[in-house]
Amino acid sequence: MAASGNPDRVAVGRLRSTAEDAAPLTYPGLLDRARAGAGALRERGADELVYLGVSGNAFAQALFASAWAGIPLVPLNYRLGRGQLAELLRRHSGALVVSDLDPPARGPVLTTREWDALCARPAADVDPWQDDQDATAILLYTSGTTSAPKAAVLRHRHLTAYLLGSVEFGAADEADTMLVSVPPYHIAGVSNLLSNVYAGRRIVYLETFTPDGWLESVRDEGVTHALLVPTMLARLTEHLAGADVPTLSNLAYGGAKMPAPVLERATRLFPDVDFVNAYGLTETSSTIAVLGPDDHRAALTGDPVAKARLGSVGRLLPGIEAQVRGPDGAVLPDGGIGDVFVRGDQVSGEYRGTASAVDADGWLATRDRGWIDDEGYLFIEGRADDTIIRGGENVAPAEIEDVLLEHPAVAEAAVVGIPDEQWGQDIAAVIVPRAGHATDAGELQSWVRSRLRSAKTPAVIVFRDSLPHTPTGKLLRREVLADLLANAEPR
Amino acid sequence: MTEIAVGKRLRSQAHGTEVIVVRAPDQPVELTCGGSPMTAEPVTAAAPPKPAAGEGAQLGKRYVDEPTGLELLCTKPGREVPAADGRMLTLKSAKPLPASD
Repeated sequence: MAASGNPDRVAVGRLRSTAEDAAPLTYPGLLDRARAGAGALRERGADELVYLGVSGNAFAQALFASAWAGIPLVPLNYRLGRGQLAELLRRHSGALVVSDLDPPARGPVLTTREWDALCARPAADVDPWQDDQDATAILLYTSGTTSAPKAAVLRHRHLTAYLLGSVEFGAADEADTMLVSVPPYHIAGVSNLLSNVYAGRRIVYLETFTPDGWLESVRDEGVTHALLVPTMLARLTEHLAGADVPTLSNLAYGGAKMPAPVLERATRLFPDVDFVNAYGLTETSSTIAVLGPDDHRAALTGDPVAKARLGSVGRLLPGIEAQVRGPDGAVLPDGGIGDVFVRGDQVSGEYRGTASAVDADGWLATRDRGWIDDEGYLFIEGRADDTIIRGGENVAPAEIEDVLLEHPAVAEAAVVGIPDEQWGQDIAAVIVPRAGHATDAGELQSWVRSRLRSAKTPAVIVFRDSLPHTPTGKLLRREVLADLLANAEPR
Repeated sequence: MTEIAVGKRLRSQAHGTEVIVVRAPDQPVELTCGGSPMTAEPVTAAAPPKPAAGEGAQLGKRYVDEPTGLELLCTKPGREVPAADGRMLTLKSAKPLPASD
């Protein structure tokens, strides 16, 4: 559709760059490459396509080629440690893997350059695109609350419902250009590719986010729309005194809670830009609620209700319903704080290898706590469980605790998220030392960093004689957090 | 009668119009385009002339049949808009949403 509706527009790529993986591709060009890529996947008998790399044309080709070939695309996090990667790749033994990281895969591996070359071949005879709405389009790992990652199953019907519910075909103006700074293994990295192609808006990828690099791309490429996580927006507001971005009209953020001071600074930095806050989960095929530009502007007038709504995630998309339920499962009236449940055609709630998380009536527990006001604005207070969301990335405390407990000097460990202006939340650990052993915060930080990665290393480590537990032995994380906040040490 | 299930692609032999079913009707309907049935068969006839701008079924637009809830997405434009049991489908007005991703 995009190819026939906008035959001359560029779908992805930079207009002012000589970089090979950013060469401009028109919609018909992208379609040809998807066809050739699908042929290559069929020739090799791949039953899945694993994409382990950064954003770029190669990713766009991977998404559409796998859909054409009727096999799932599995975007994996290129920042994972090799051990974790090997474990994940074992679950996808029949996959073709596209990666430049020399990944520990058993099956065939192509570099992104090799994949790109395959897609650029004249398309051979490839069976036509199948219209199987129930086929799995994407398998996307969520970190979940335990350290065992789960693959959310997104079928074509979920993604189609998302597009039809939120995007008008071909609605973008010819000059519209979206600068994407989220990685392909994030749900927004998948959904923006679909929504921008459907809308007819060119995508420019920023592989690695830096404030200067972002600004340069906005100016060089005449970017009109940008997609950021709050952490990136925080860095922009800290590093840029004034930002002259005449083409920028729309800035969407999401993925984690936006600290109010950051948003305030951002609206001052970009006074003429429309801000949009998007809330969604991997399991809901991305965005289910939107706080739009008018809501952001209303807050600037000083109206207290409008200002409070700046802390909400806005109103539900058409086709999405939400309920807030109390501890007994009963639906609460407006304003009641409880567990947020959502329902709609784009809601999957299905994980590979486990039962669906959606109940018989189609409701999915978001595992977020929140409330809805009398005009339908949804406020999210935090995760119902204890997942730390650092810079838009979910971090499971258990995974870090497990590593800390491997250290000989650690008897007990509790990891919690603490409020942080830059990251939304940062990681703190409370340690009960093992008698007769000595250690310090720096040593334990190095220990975690070498076994996981820096993004999962606690920024704060404190020592205590004991940890609070329930009579049945469950760790009382809320008390751990309260203790940390009450006795905050300078950082 | 051609089955009208969500995700199904249906075509008009004579007028070039192609649609995908977005929402199935709550009761069976006869889907036609310019008087002849729309079917899942590939188009074998010579390509008809393209519709003029604003005429016929337009690419990317959605068409609905209020009485049955049937909703179609036009994936190839054609000179005629589909009809359900003879009722001409109507263009679904889009509620503009800000680009969120």
